[in-house]
Amino acid sequence: MSENVDYSGFYARWYRPRVSRFWWLRRRSYLLFVLRELSSVFVAWFVVFLLLLVRAVSQGEREYQRFLDLSATPWMLALNVVALFFVVFHTITWFNLAPQAIVVRLRGRRVPGRWILILHYLAWAVLSAITAWVILG
Amino acid sequence: MADRIILQVTRYRPERDKTPTTQDYEIPLRKDWSVLDGLNHIKDHVDGTLSYRWSCRMGICGSCGMTVDGEPKLACATFLTDYAPGPLRVEPLSNFPVVRDLVVEIGDFMDKLSTVKPWIIREDEQPPADGEYLQTPTELEEYKQYSMCINCMLCYSACPVYGLDPDFLGPAAIALAQRYNLDSRDQGGHERLDVLSAAEGVWACTYVGECTRACPKDVDPAGAIQRYKVTAVNETLKSFLLPRGKR
Repeated sequence: MSENVDYSGFYARWYRPRVSRFWWLRRRSYLLFVLRELSSVFVAWFVVFLLLLVRAVSQGEREYQRFLDLSATPWMLALNVVALFFVVFHTITWFNLAPQAIVVRLRGRRVPGRWILILHYLAWAVLSAITAWVILG
Repeated sequence: MADRIILQVTRYRPERDKTPTTQDYEIPLRKDWSVLDGLNHIKDHVDGTLSYRWSCRMGICGSCGMTVDGEPKLACATFLTDYAPGPLRVEPLSNFPVVRDLVVEIGDFMDKLSTVKPWIIREDEQPPADGEYLQTPTELEEYKQYSMCINCMLCYSACPVYGLDPDFLGPAAIALAQRYNLDSRDQGGHERLDVLSAAEGVWACTYVGECTRACPKDVDPAGAIQRYKVTAVNETLKSFLLPRGKR
């Protein structure tokens, strides 16, 4: 080995790559993840929208009618269609992740992830049906 | 099938390079050659200055993790023919400082690993003469998956959270903590609680899930982290609600 090679001199010269600001465009799964995170904003919006509805109902006929008119405006419709898309996306992506996080044992055996997923979708369908029945019935 | 393939290998020689560069090597494309075999061919016959880590050649030692065509892979378990006709990019693992060529600095992971105490902790150590701590197959099944981790760090390379926040404890360290937490012979769960339930522990994970997809041993670190989030919440609630003796 040559004596003039100073290894300790190079030791600290690690190359530290920087994470690009657009790291989330690098992979499809990263992009879906970022969209899922973003979808929380629309989930929050639906909560606010629901609270506004409850407030309007509690303040009588005229306020309720004003809320309905506001909801029928094109920009509000557009916002709610986009919000609906993100809320459905949020639900499906979280449901798909659920079997990984939820470990249930029945008689000493782990319940297959597929069943946990099916139960989630069943609960979703039942709750949606009840909501539809309350509103439309 | 073409009988040769080009590997575009990242080179970084700290004594002369300021930033990494790419060097192309044309090598034989053989059906039974992994990326590691290709690199070994380069090292032995084309360019002896190329640096990379490897040892077992059979997906056990976890040394040869690198980025192959943009994905974190074990070079020994990734076959050249799957990327034919090429060219094929071979880069160091993402999210780690590069020491030289494809060799990354792994000290950060090693330090974090020891903080979760990945060994069996007993409160009442029995003398060896009393025999083994027995375990049923069901109890073994509870943690076996996590014991498959080979510390290859592909999960750290795949994790954008670790890339953005290097203080994050990371997927493998948490999965290995769970390997012992879920072991019926272990009594040290409370000693791991503080590190795991810290802000840089499980709560830094935003469940991207890429760690599980990258894992070559089907460990499912993402699942381990989400399961520990439930444990951490339970433990915190218990510490509020129960008297000290019953926790």
